[in-house]
Amino acid sequence: MLQNEISEGFDGKKLRRVIAASSVGTLIEWYDFYIFGSLSVIIATKFFPSDNPTAAFLSTLATFAAGFVVRPFGALFFGRLGDLLGRKYTFLVTLLIMGFSTFAIGLIPSYSSIGFLAPILVLTLRLLQGLALGGEYGGAATYVAEHAEPNKRGLRTAWIQTTASLGLFISLLVILATKKSMSLEAFNDWGWRIPFLISIVMVGISYFIRKNMDESPLFAQAKQEGKIVANPLKESFGKKLNFKFVLLALFGATMGQGVVWYTGQFYALSFLQKVANIEFEQSNYIIAISLAAGTGFFIFFGWLSDKIGRKGIMLAGMLIAICTYRPIYQAMYELADVSLKTEKANSRQVHTDYHMIDGTVTLSKVTRTIYTYTDGTQLLEEKTEKVSHLPSIQREKAMLKKTIHVGQHAFWMLILLVFIQVLYVTMVYGPIAAFLVEMFPTAIRYTSMSLPYHIGNGIFGGLLPAVATYLAAKANTANEVAAAAGQSLPYAKPYLEGLWYPIIIGGVCFVIGLLYINGKDREIND
Amino acid sequence: MNNIRRIAGAVWILLGIAAAYFLIVEQAIPLFAKGDMESLVPAIIYTFILSPIITGGMCVFGLYALQNEYEL
Repeated sequence: MLQNEISEGFDGKKLRRVIAASSVGTLIEWYDFYIFGSLSVIIATKFFPSDNPTAAFLSTLATFAAGFVVRPFGALFFGRLGDLLGRKYTFLVTLLIMGFSTFAIGLIPSYSSIGFLAPILVLTLRLLQGLALGGEYGGAATYVAEHAEPNKRGLRTAWIQTTASLGLFISLLVILATKKSMSLEAFNDWGWRIPFLISIVMVGISYFIRKNMDESPLFAQAKQEGKIVANPLKESFGKKLNFKFVLLALFGATMGQGVVWYTGQFYALSFLQKVANIEFEQSNYIIAISLAAGTGFFIFFGWLSDKIGRKGIMLAGMLIAICTYRPIYQAMYELADVSLKTEKANSRQVHTDYHMIDGTVTLSKVTRTIYTYTDGTQLLEEKTEKVSHLPSIQREKAMLKKTIHVGQHAFWMLILLVFIQVLYVTMVYGPIAAFLVEMFPTAIRYTSMSLPYHIGNGIFGGLLPAVATYLAAKANTANEVAAAAGQSLPYAKPYLEGLWYPIIIGGVCFVIGLLYINGKDREIND
Repeated sequence: MNNIRRIAGAVWILLGIAAAYFLIVEQAIPLFAKGDMESLVPAIIYTFILSPIITGGMCVFGLYALQNEYEL
């Protein structure tokens, strides 16, 4: 078979170059994509006109979702190109689009300078990022798999699988390093642009590495033999023979993988910051250390899938994840819950500041109270209220903001709990590129595997923060209504309600995968 | 086992219909009714993106399962 001939004639050095060129480019694309999400709060204040920071944040979340929703369209557009023109040229184009969009976001003047043009430009560039990402992954996975030895396809493509987590890890590191190198005011003013701007250097290097690579041997041969199909979209989605596998890949694998991926990385970060109130820097360190510790397991599970099969590992990861999410998140919540801690005697510090609110006769009174606990945890409580002789202002509710810096023990325990979730991610995600590649024939592989991957991750996974936040907010509201009416609370742990989304989606995916996936097909030269 | 695979097809079709009910009736319509921009974006996403993909996809998947297309 061609695949065996290719692998036997292939030198290890060339294969390593193929993997490196594909992985580095994909990693940069993920980095580009994630810095926007990580900096969404600052971007909201710069580009989205609103006096209410929550409304501004929601606008950015909408943009974030838009970035995810367009990914499947990118998969269709670039997947088609990849099956018609070749893998190499297509993923060169996606790399350039991504690099240009990210760099340009870093250059856009704020809303206060150019008005509504600013959010429109940001939204447009964000959509371009989503399109580019939609075309990138399928190309890189296909390119590596079509070069790899048949018995090491899981191991080789697992390098591509590390890139999403590494991209997130590097984006967090760059943001933390930039933040540390300047004052908070400077970072909020202009420093946030640096992570966007430096992307152009990384993309430039990656472009030149990729440019010198050869086309995939399987695709080149298919082209030489005239086996390229004229309409990959029609072939993939218009014929039952292929479309049924697109649906199976989505509902039996990528849908569950997507929610496990986003729960273990994004939802964990959001939960630490918004539910557990852990400060920005410490919560990012928790995620970054867990990702760094867990990334090697992508390679391990990719390698293991070559030995014992892909289906068992992916489904086991999904099942363990959905069975343990609630206890894990309960433990995370308790580690930051100051009501379970003992306050140190005589340690409370209180500072009060008054500021005149411009153009009014009203004072802003800010009371900062620092509570220190015996395990080293510190809680900063910031109460902002207006002081005025006007009754309407006196009636305004005070704003209360809590920020927690957990002690060493809780910090490392949180890392362990997030690390366990990252392990689940590596189980479901490590083998999936090889699994998807093996599901579809060469002529329509790029198109067919890209769409279920990006629907599973972009739509089912990408909307997880919004849906989970909605479920948790709904439970909180129900509790508030019941408390006001003097009834017993319907939700004992409203902060865990958001987890029903990944548990239900992951559960359905597990059953479909278990029933319908044939774990024995390893042939790609068809 | 193939019989279970085939019969489960009906479950996937029902699940697809239930998803449509949840997404459109429970989620999208109340959001559309609010009428503000903040609610409109998720309402549009639920109605025009999530519902066709989840419901359409699940129902076709269930139909294929009923037709024994996934026999192993």
